[in-house]
Amino acid sequence: MTAPPDDCLARNEWICGAYLTTRRHILLDAVLQHLRLTGLAVLIGLALAVPLAVLARRWGWAAGPVLGVTTILYTIPSLAMFSLLLPLYGLSATLVVAGLVLYSLTLLVRNILAGLRAVPEETRQAARGMGYGPVRLLLAVELPLALPAAMAGLRIAAVSAVSLVTVGAIVGFGGLGNLIYTGMNTYFKAQVLTASVLCVLIAVAADLLLLGVQHLITPWTRDGGR
Amino acid sequence: MSTVTGAWDWLTDPAHWSGADGVAHRLLQHVVLTAVCLAVACAIALPVALVLGHLGRGGALAVNISNIGRAVPTFAVLVLLLLTPVGNWGEGPTVVALVLFAVPPLLTNAYVGMREVDRGVVRAARGMGMTGRQSMLRVEVPLASPMILNGVRIAAVQLVATATIAALAGGGGLGRIITAGFNLASTPQVVAGAVLVAALALVVEGVFEIAERLGPAWTRNPR
Repeated sequence: MTAPPDDCLARNEWICGAYLTTRRHILLDAVLQHLRLTGLAVLIGLALAVPLAVLARRWGWAAGPVLGVTTILYTIPSLAMFSLLLPLYGLSATLVVAGLVLYSLTLLVRNILAGLRAVPEETRQAARGMGYGPVRLLLAVELPLALPAAMAGLRIAAVSAVSLVTVGAIVGFGGLGNLIYTGMNTYFKAQVLTASVLCVLIAVAADLLLLGVQHLITPWTRDGGR
Repeated sequence: MSTVTGAWDWLTDPAHWSGADGVAHRLLQHVVLTAVCLAVACAIALPVALVLGHLGRGGALAVNISNIGRAVPTFAVLVLLLLTPVGNWGEGPTVVALVLFAVPPLLTNAYVGMREVDRGVVRAARGMGMTGRQSMLRVEVPLASPMILNGVRIAAVQLVATATIAALAGGGGLGRIITAGFNLASTPQVVAGAVLVAALALVVEGVFEIAERLGPAWTRNPR
């Protein structure tokens, strides 16, 4: 008589080394999908947020509507957001990315605009006095000075996106969320815990990575204890 | 667009509003769950944050806890709770997850609000002979109330969202209409449920906005 193997998988334990070794490829695929969805969403969000914030800064009347619309979008719960986009994109990865882009827009636009507004008027006037045109003023003076605030927004947006991707499991594109979803239906404890921990690790790694980038691209904030 | 009319037909069909799976019951579940959990989360977070803010201790904890709350996926916490013994208590996992996710914004905002009270005002209160407790309750808390209420507002909107995701893990509330729609492959029902959830979230946000405008001037955010 052959007894079923008595390992941690059969006992359905929370922490299971055998799970890690036997399901390595599934985990890797899920992590890669998670990173792809998050990275794409944050990059598209950034590409949309910078022009929006610059426009809202240039034309004061545009700031109210831009901030209002993005705040309303942010209020909509993630599951509802993905569901509202369903008729447009169907059950696809695009749907998850589109939903995440809308969320990151709020955080990014608000922070970039705050950064641009915090540029001192004297600095702007000094640049104009040195003969800077509006484009050069924006690219060489205003945007660099807005970087610390913008990076703070980017970090929050990236961390939130990593955690929101999991809800994409409802349409089958949730990265690690897929593993959590199937693990829930089969009461597979090791899978749920491993995927959850990996998800938090990705969020922490993304945050630290962006912190490092911020450190590199804003050398003037480092010394002198501003 | 056919989906829009389909969702409208779904919403206006009286058959979808009655019964245990009906909109009316799900809406009530959602609102009660949100309100109860908001009250519990406030009862836990606010006293701690107010006392810590008054004493000026534990600042790193109060600020970091909201970063941790953002990094941990709601859905993962819900499923993890579902697989623990808490999962056997019916709505238990949902309630615990909702409270857990409402605490960080409450704690952080209340703490920061208390710390941002003008130190000169606090010293003046002490100089007038107020005890620490009197200064906290009569001076610091009223001055910090715009930030505290802002935290309550963020927590309330967060709760509506978390209660929706709870449906993925078998909890009640409006999210169930969406998940049922996915299971039936009925896009109109999914969209109808999403419209209901989004409307509820916006109504909650709007109620706080109106309350802030109508409330006494000292509760208003000076933004």
